[in-house]
Amino acid sequence: MNSVVTEADQVDAPKVVATPIPRQPSPILGPGFQALFYKECLRFWKVAAQTVVAPVVTTLLYLLIFSHVLQGTAKVFDGRVSYGEFLIPGLIMMAVLQNAFANSSSSLIQSKMMRSLIFILLPPITSLEIFCAYVGGSMVRGLCVGLGVWLITLPFIPASVLHPFWVIAFAAGGSAIMGTLGLIAGIWSEKFDHLALFQNFIIMPLTFLSGVFYSIHSLPAFWQGLSHFNPFFYMIDGFRFGFFGLSDVSPWLSLSVVMFFVVLLSIVAMRMLATGYKLRQ
Amino acid sequence: MISASTVPAVDLVDVSKSFPGVRALNNVSLRVEQGEFFALLGPNGAGKTTLISILAGLTRADSGTAKIMGFDTISDYRDARRNLGVVPQELVFDPFFTVRETLAIQAKYYGVTKADAWIDEILHHLDLTEKANANMRALSGGMKRRVLVGQALVHKPPVIVLDEPTAGVDVELRQNLWTFIKRLNREGSTIILTTHYIEEAEAMCTRVAMLKKGEVVALDTTANLLRGMAGITVQVSAASLPASWQQRAETQASGAVGFTLSGYAELESMLAAFRDANIVIKEMKLGEADLEQAFLRLTSKEAA
Repeated sequence: MNSVVTEADQVDAPKVVATPIPRQPSPILGPGFQALFYKECLRFWKVAAQTVVAPVVTTLLYLLIFSHVLQGTAKVFDGRVSYGEFLIPGLIMMAVLQNAFANSSSSLIQSKMMRSLIFILLPPITSLEIFCAYVGGSMVRGLCVGLGVWLITLPFIPASVLHPFWVIAFAAGGSAIMGTLGLIAGIWSEKFDHLALFQNFIIMPLTFLSGVFYSIHSLPAFWQGLSHFNPFFYMIDGFRFGFFGLSDVSPWLSLSVVMFFVVLLSIVAMRMLATGYKLRQ
Repeated sequence: MISASTVPAVDLVDVSKSFPGVRALNNVSLRVEQGEFFALLGPNGAGKTTLISILAGLTRADSGTAKIMGFDTISDYRDARRNLGVVPQELVFDPFFTVRETLAIQAKYYGVTKADAWIDEILHHLDLTEKANANMRALSGGMKRRVLVGQALVHKPPVIVLDEPTAGVDVELRQNLWTFIKRLNREGSTIILTTHYIEEAEAMCTRVAMLKKGEVVALDTTANLLRGMAGITVQVSAASLPASWQQRAETQASGAVGFTLSGYAELESMLAAFRDANIVIKEMKLGEADLEQAFLRLTSKEAA
């Protein structure tokens, strides 16, 4: 026998048995959540140049180009705020939304493609813990990028915050929606192409047609009406209200729409996780 | 749980699982006691990985129950998973983290927050101490395999499933790995092993289950399976044979005659017959039955 194991290695009958790990209390969000949330944050922070700095710089370029080209020609809110000031909250929110989506979706699809998802499927982590950790990590990244955009644009166009509650509420709600949507997209996608479909045909069009760069009152009536079916419009409009106290629709309506989508997408994502859709056989 | 020591480490009852066009497991029942070093053998597609996936909660059985240390893998899945460590067959890793971070994060998933000393010990035994702060991407295949072993052990589970743990690991490191695993077994951990190196299973495992096409075709102690292989084979070169042994002669090639004996006691009888008949044995070769022969015989018998 060409075994690497010699006769001397023959296993002795064990004299003891290992202590079983006894039944443990199951908090709603236990150590599995904390560890996965920490891992999700550490994951994007390790490549912060790509996940935080790059989107901040890209957004700054948007600001410089659009504000330079359209300043003085595009009138918003009847001229009560300058175009540059108008643009900044929209760009911040766009960065928050896109990066929140990117975080959960890219983390999941990479884990699936590299098969390392098994590391979170084997431990005693509940569906709710996985959901909260991925969405929480996405919110942190989205808010980091948003904060970065705001800070870096301050020297160019100081944008003051009139109603911090609305700013925080819409930043948190919007990033939660996009983190959850990213989670759904990541679970559903079986390859990077599928995720690109989500990004290019859903996220990008809805973001660019949501009023980031313009007030919907400057649109023809048909497109104005259509904009009201775009949930991104409410996130950005409500967020902008926090800066100026001015918006295209009531911030309460916007908050209602945001909350509705938070709940709806959370139910979908939780259902996918609980049934193991495309995760467990 | 009634009493920890009376509860089987793994208890599968009538577990079945089908995939489109394939019956992966067919009413498999299996009980592994605490402290056993148990081998799960079978050809590719026999259902070993499906069975392990059901234990690990990665796959849900169509019917039947699976329990780890008395905890059902569906209704008590959190407690079941706390008691189980799995080394997956696929060589997978998270490229964002170092070896130490990988182990620390995995420990925290199980609620083990102060695992530094144990992680150091794991790294030492798996010969990874020097690579503790290296990114996972920088490791060779064998090193990544060892990190997978470390990840399965980091929460000190009483039941450890090793699905082909030594694939791609060189001979010296395999030896280190087995020494470590055997130590865990001596300390009471239940080990369930699948391997293509059947000699490893034969040398270490106290009990063996052989799977074929989703069914258990043999389940016994390693010793009994080997005994069932009719003991030893003998090749004898002699001028003639004792009359009482002529009918037992199996092969005759280049002057040598082969016999299959039940064991060394029967060999003694055979030699005595040669002495009594005054026949001189010119040359004799002994061969022992091994688990590989048992494996081939049992799996091919079922296939026939």
